Formats: sequence, structure tokens, C-alpha cells
Amino acid sequence: MSKPTIIVVGNGMVGYKFCEKLVSRSTNYNIVVFGEEPRHAYDRVHLSEYFAGKTADDLSLSAASWYADNDITLHLDDPIQEINRAAKTVHSLKGLNLNYDYLVLATGSSAFVPDIPGVEKEGVFVYRTIEDLDLIKAYAVNAKRGAVMGGGLLGLEAAKALIDLGISETHVIEFAPRLMPRQIDSAGSAMLQAKLKQLGVNIHLNRNTACITGNHKIESLKFNDDTALPIDMLVISAGIRPRDELAKLAGLQTGSRGGITVNEKMQTSDPSVFAIGECALYENMIYGLVAPGYEMADVAVSQVIGSEKSFHGFDMSTKLKLIGIDVASFGDAFITEPECRTIIFEDTHKGVYKRINISNDGKYLLGGILIGEAEAYNMLLQTVNNKIVLPPNPEDLILGSRGGEAANEGTGVLSLPDDALICSCEAVTKATICGAVNDGCTTVDGIKKCTKAGTGCGGCVPLVKDLIAGTMKANGQYIKNVICEHFDYSRQELYDLVKINELKSYDLVLDHFGKGDGCEVCKPAVASILSSLWNDVIVKQDTIQDSNDRFLANIQKGGTYSVVPRVPGGEITADKLIVLGQVAKKYGLYTKITGGQRIDLFGAHLNDLPLIWEELIDAGFESGHAYGKALRTVKSCVGSTWCRFGLHDSVSFAIEIEERYKGIRAPHKIKGGVSGCIRECAEAQSKDFGVIATEKGWNLYVCGNGGSKPQHAQLLASDLDKETLIKYLDRFLMFYIKTADPLTRTATWLNKMEGGLSYLKNVVINDSLGIGAQLEEEIQSLIDSYHCEWKEVVNSPELRKRFAHFINAPEEKDPTVKFEPMREQLKAKW
Amino acid sequence: METLIDIKWVMACYCDDIPENGGACVKHGDEQIAIYNFSRRGEWFATQNLCPHKQQMVLSRGMIGSTGEACEPKVACPFHKKTFSLLTGECLSGEEFQIKTYPVKIQDGRVYIGIAA
Repeated sequence: MSKPTIIVVGNGMVGYKFCEKLVSRSTNYNIVVFGEEPRHAYDRVHLSEYFAGKTADDLSLSAASWYADNDITLHLDDPIQEINRAAKTVHSLKGLNLNYDYLVLATGSSAFVPDIPGVEKEGVFVYRTIEDLDLIKAYAVNAKRGAVMGGGLLGLEAAKALIDLGISETHVIEFAPRLMPRQIDSAGSAMLQAKLKQLGVNIHLNRNTACITGNHKIESLKFNDDTALPIDMLVISAGIRPRDELAKLAGLQTGSRGGITVNEKMQTSDPSVFAIGECALYENMIYGLVAPGYEMADVAVSQVIGSEKSFHGFDMSTKLKLIGIDVASFGDAFITEPECRTIIFEDTHKGVYKRINISNDGKYLLGGILIGEAEAYNMLLQTVNNKIVLPPNPEDLILGSRGGEAANEGTGVLSLPDDALICSCEAVTKATICGAVNDGCTTVDGIKKCTKAGTGCGGCVPLVKDLIAGTMKANGQYIKNVICEHFDYSRQELYDLVKINELKSYDLVLDHFGKGDGCEVCKPAVASILSSLWNDVIVKQDTIQDSNDRFLANIQKGGTYSVVPRVPGGEITADKLIVLGQVAKKYGLYTKITGGQRIDLFGAHLNDLPLIWEELIDAGFESGHAYGKALRTVKSCVGSTWCRFGLHDSVSFAIEIEERYKGIRAPHKIKGGVSGCIRECAEAQSKDFGVIATEKGWNLYVCGNGGSKPQHAQLLASDLDKETLIKYLDRFLMFYIKTADPLTRTATWLNKMEGGLSYLKNVVINDSLGIGAQLEEEIQSLIDSYHCEWKEVVNSPELRKRFAHFINAPEEKDPTVKFEPMREQLKAKW
Repeated sequence: METLIDIKWVMACYCDDIPENGGACVKHGDEQIAIYNFSRRGEWFATQNLCPHKQQMVLSRGMIGSTGEACEPKVACPFHKKTFSLLTGECLSGEEFQIKTYPVKIQDGRVYIGIAA
């Protein structure tokens, strides 16, 4: 017996989804697809990305071979012209006649073009298919002023497309008194309008276009109030019209305002004909989003294969990024008092508008609107859909917790019920995702593959991430971050243990908390902890120090060392410069200016180091800690003392900061910078901490670095006076020293920090952990116990003795060290 | 058949010349030998001072420690942290390097190294 034939009319997203769902559930059908467009089904939701560089292939929903691979016959560029329901046949444009057992109409919609005189003129477009986009793209080359008719979701997408195409003057014309009238309220619209204006989009509300004027091509729009807007091109995005003409012709029941009438099983008035997607009219409603379309496809598949499933309307909540602005609307966004209570937060400075509607008893969230910041969307939507009881302060949902820790309780992703729909495009529940995680699927890509969650609009991906992390954590499945095979602790844990137990040597730490004999990983890590805690002279425990710290100098090619005295803020006197020159000459050293505004002397023999430092210390120099995981330099520009642009004295402040933190050891090196104005000559924003003068004080930036993965520092606080800045810097540095992993720069530390910059701000500025005073006290004790390490060595015959290459011939230098000349200096030969 | 190699014991230095749980370098003719005082284990080791990876005379300045279940003693070169077994001289960082090791004996506070005669 031959398989029953299903003919799918329309190869859009929903038609494709029908095929995908059907072949995944049954191979007992012969599937034939007819598409009007010349392409395979593509992602229309992300159509505007076509202008931002994506290709038609990128947007394609499947590989070209997908249909053949699944035994689906595909006829592209061949729309169905006629349905004969009595004979159960269809007739295509290219002349094919086929019998069907079931017919699925997924004809979608077309752009609604209002009946305005002049609408046929050249330069007037709709925004619907890749072909439309190609036409717009070609025409835009010669256009300067463009307008979009329609301020809805698609219209604003089209406006972005015009901007991306380089149209210098972009207008949006909306008939209604607000933008996105289906999704957001007037106040939200006003906020969105203000933000769009900043981006150069001119918004015209309450405008009724009377006609389009111009000689065969568009020249201007005339409005009913007799005003006009001269433009070179127009994109019409005034809504959609269901493609129901084929159904009408076949005598199927359609709605008075368009749409093929369907029941909850997606059946039309003919039970063997289904309609799904934007062409289907269910309870007098057209669902113009992809997620309900997919749901309809699923229902139709269930009907065909004989399982029970029906459609009961769909949540039209949506979140999208419009021209870089987050806009979201969920649940019942428009319900007003007295049916509910509303909480509104409005920040015109940052362009953020948030509204939530809660039930009169304060227990449930009913819906809301988010403009400018929509991170909370997924959780809010889940709170509505799962009728989760609200916390006592529901305003925390949109404002975040302000002090106190209770706000997140009960609203975390793991508290959702198992049947909570996480991915509405693919109808994937929380239980399915958590199940996949439990089966070992622990990455977002993995979850996408095995559950399909996140493969539609992608809006649920953050929620999926949280679920993965939460489930793994609940299973006790997190990877413990231990130092090495000898210590089963993270650096932070070991730091606390060493502190509480007042351990002061590596061996004691190893005896108490480690095993084995240690190694080159844990020794320097513990050395750094001991130093950050007790600030003792590090060469007293020289054999646990890393290569450079062991001899307080940077080991270089050939086994010689380099010497870098501290030059705070990069300010140095002529006398000191002379001393550096004399020392370099005497010991035959290569000299170079470093990136941190000081002078590096290379090629020193181990034996010469104490002698060199003795001379430098006599001249008033100190160790520069260029060898240590410690504060290196605080780079400065010349500042207001000399520079005509300088706002404040950046050099003095840089010196003050460098003197304050010099010698303090940390998990990794720390670099700072101070700039006297926003021109930023000190490049402070590339440092672990950067200070930039403002009219009102100083801005403090943190956690930047150069290196292999450069990262800009981020603004921690602005317009601070010096005292406050130092206070924040104290807390910031000590918090870093106490909590970072070994050899982790501040940038990486912040990147890994849960809660990121806002958490760090809370700790440093708002003292959210209540450890501010403690951090200040701890760093003060390090500042107070500062000593120049080289001075300690130079003054101790016992320590000096260690700076010999041959222990049995202390005077003799390493004979294998060789130099060769280079540009009037020398370099290591090896 | 066992081969007996004649070993000459050479006095290298005094025990307290070498830092605890660390190393130092002694000169023997033109040879540079690194001696390690692994006081945590009460053991002494000696190897060539040259790191074969980048031909640097620096192994005596490296950190010592142990690895694995058997606590194999090792030294890490201060240049690129290549590690070598203090027992066999084998490179433990997965590369085909081998360093020379020497027997060590302690007598009256002095360190002697066994050199093949």
C-alpha cells in the first residue's frame, strides 16, 4: 500500500517546521512541498541581519540537501494556483497536478499595502522577503532620505535596515499616537522614541498619509494635515495580510478581515485541509509571530499522525533588540488600575522604562513592559506563565535587589516548576532541559542539539545557561578550582586558612593543608599568599619564590638579570638619571626605557646584583618590583603642572598612589595609570586601575589590561575626591588580593566574577559584604609594613651570600654568559 | 653482567652552602653541577646545571618539589618550567630531554659528588 500524501503549500518558517516535526515523528507519509519563493525556507525573524552582513545562506533554516535527505519532494518557485477539494488535487503554476490525502496551507502573509494614491511609484517597497531586501538595497545606493510607513515591530526593523544601508536621514511614520502600539504603552513609546531620536531616527506619530507624490518615482509624502515630507524612498510596513486567496478560491471559510478560519486542531472548514502560521485565523486572531506558528505546526502534525493535541491561543510576549535598544512586552502588558496595580520605573537619563502589572492582592505578576533594559524578561515571563508567587517587594523584580539578599529567593530559575516552558519556539520545558543536563549535556550548544531549545528566536538562551549552571550546581557537579596536586584548595580558601591559622612559612602550610613535597605551582602561590598576608622579606624563603622573585630581578636570556629601580609616576631627577647611567656603564649593562616609564638595566651577573643595588640605594633608589607579582608602575601624563589641557596634577597623584601600594604582593602583577584629562595620555584605561581627571574630581576605572587579550578598564566610580578614590582603590585591591586565583590579572578575575562589575561596585562602593573596613585595615597593614627588599639584602651579609653563581667559587661569574655588541650597546649571545 | 664504574667522590661544598629545599651551583673544573638540598625529605640530589631546553645554566636556581603518587622528586627550570626527575634526569614535561644526575653523599657537614673516574 502506498503512503498517504501530504502536500504543504508554502515553504516559509512554519511550513518548514511542519515538515521537520512530521519527519521526526513518522516516516509513513509522502511529503510534497510547494514554495513560491526561489529559495529554501529561511529565517524571516532575523531578516534585517541580511543588511548587517548575513547572507541568504546564513539565514537558511536547513542545508540544501535536507529535503532530499528526508525524502521530501520540494518544488520551489512554483506556487499552487488552485485546489480541487472534491478531487483532492492541487494544480501548480508550472502545471503540476497532484493528489493529496492531507493538504497543509502554510501560505503565510504578505505585507499590507494601504490604498494610498501613488503607492505604485518607483522607490516604494515592502519589507517581507529576501527579494524585497535586494530591491531595497539596490535602490538605497542613490537615496539620501528614506522613510518607513509603520512604527510597529517590523517597521522599526526596517528603519534599522535603512540606517545600515547608509541612508543619512531616516523617518518613521506611524498612524497611531505611539510606537509599537500592540506591544508597549504611551510612556514606553515616549522612552523608545527619545532613544531612537538619539540614534538619528525621526519619528512622526499621529500621521495619516494622504498621498505619495513625484513623477513616476517617489519624491515626497503628503499628509492629511497638508504637511509634506520630501523623501527618496519609502518602505511600507503597515502590517500583514494573511495569504488566504487560494483558500478563498477553494471555497474554504475565511475571516471578514482575512485569514483562513481554523479550529483548535488547525483544521479549516474542510477537515482534510489544515492551515497553520500567519495565514490561519484562530478565534478571530492572526498570530503574527513565529512561536505560535511553530505550535500550530505541531498541532497539525499531531492531527495527521493521529495523536491528541490542540491549539488554545498563544502567549504573544516578545522581546527584541530594536536598533540596539531592548524592548520587551509580556503577559497582559496593558491591563490598568483598578484591575491591577502597576509599578513603573522610569529613567530618562539612561533611557530605561519598566512597568509591571501585579494582581490587586500583590501575589501574582500579570504582565509588563521593558524598554532600554530587558535582562529580566525571561524570568518575568516565567513568573507570569507559572503563576509564581511574588516576593514581598515586587519592585525588586525590575529594580534589582537594593541591599538585603532576600530578593532573589523564590525567583531563581531553579524554582520554576518542571513544566515551565523555557523555549516557547520549540516548546521545551524546564524538565526536558534539566534532564538533558543530568544526562551529561552541559553546554548551550549541546542543549540546542539534543532538545532544540534556543534554536528558534534564541531569546531563552540566557535562561538555558542559568538552568545548566543551576542543575550542575545542584548535582554538586562543579569543577573545584584547586591550586595543584599538593593542595586541595582554591587560592582564596588557602588564603583564609593561612590567615586564620597564622602560618608563616611554606613548610607549615604544606604540613597543615597539603601533601607531598610541593612543586613549582604551589610554592609561588603560597609565597604570594604569605607575602600578601604578612609582608615579610620574601628572600627569607627564597626557594619557594618564582624565578624572578628568587633573586629579586628578572631572569633574562643567558641567565643574567635585569634591574629596574622604582621611578614613581615616571618622574625622575637629572641627578638620578646620571646615577643610572654611571651604574649601567660601570657594570656593562644594556639600558632601555620600559613601557611603565622607568629604566631597565639588562645583563647583570647574579654576583653583581647586590653591588649594583648598593649603589642605586645609596643614590636614593628603591626596588621597582619589576620581578614580582606586585604593583609595578603607576604611569602618568604630565598633568596640569605643565600641560595646557591638564585639569589636575596627575603626576603628584600617580606618585602618591605608587608610593602607597609599592611592594604589596598580589596574585599577579598590578599596573596603574593616572591621566590629567580625558585625552588619556597615560593610557590609564588599559591598566588594572586607571584614574582620569574630570572637571569635578577623578574617575576610577578598574580591571583593564594589555597583554595577549587586551581589555579596557571599566568605570567603577566617577567624580571622586582623592580620599574617596584612595578608599575605593584600597578596597578594590585588597578584595582582588584576597579572592583571585593564582596568576590571574584583575581583568580575568572580574570576567570570572559572578555578578561582574555591578557586584564589584556593590562590594567596593556600597560595602555590600560589610567587609569595607576590614579590607581597608588589611591593606593599611601592608602599606605600613613596606620595606625595600633590596635594601634588606644589601644590608645582610647572610642574604648577599646567596647571590653567587658558584657556591664554591663566589667571586667567579658564570663563564658561559657571553655578550655581543649591538647599536653601541650589547646583547646576550646564546 | 654488571659493570662497575669507578667513582671518585669530590667534595663540592659545605651542607649549609645550599639553601634548604633549594639548590645551588658548584664548579667542578669546567663542569657546572647543580646540588639540591631536599631537606623536607632529608635527601640530596645533584644534576647538570644546564637546562637542555634552551641551553641555559640555570637549573640550580629552579624550584624543587615532587610529583605523582610516588612523590618523584623533581626540579623546574626557572626559564620555562620544564621539569626533570632528580632521580633519573628524565624530562617530566613530556619532552625528549635528559639531564645528567650525580650520586651525592654527606659526610661531616660536607657535600660530596660522585664523578665517574
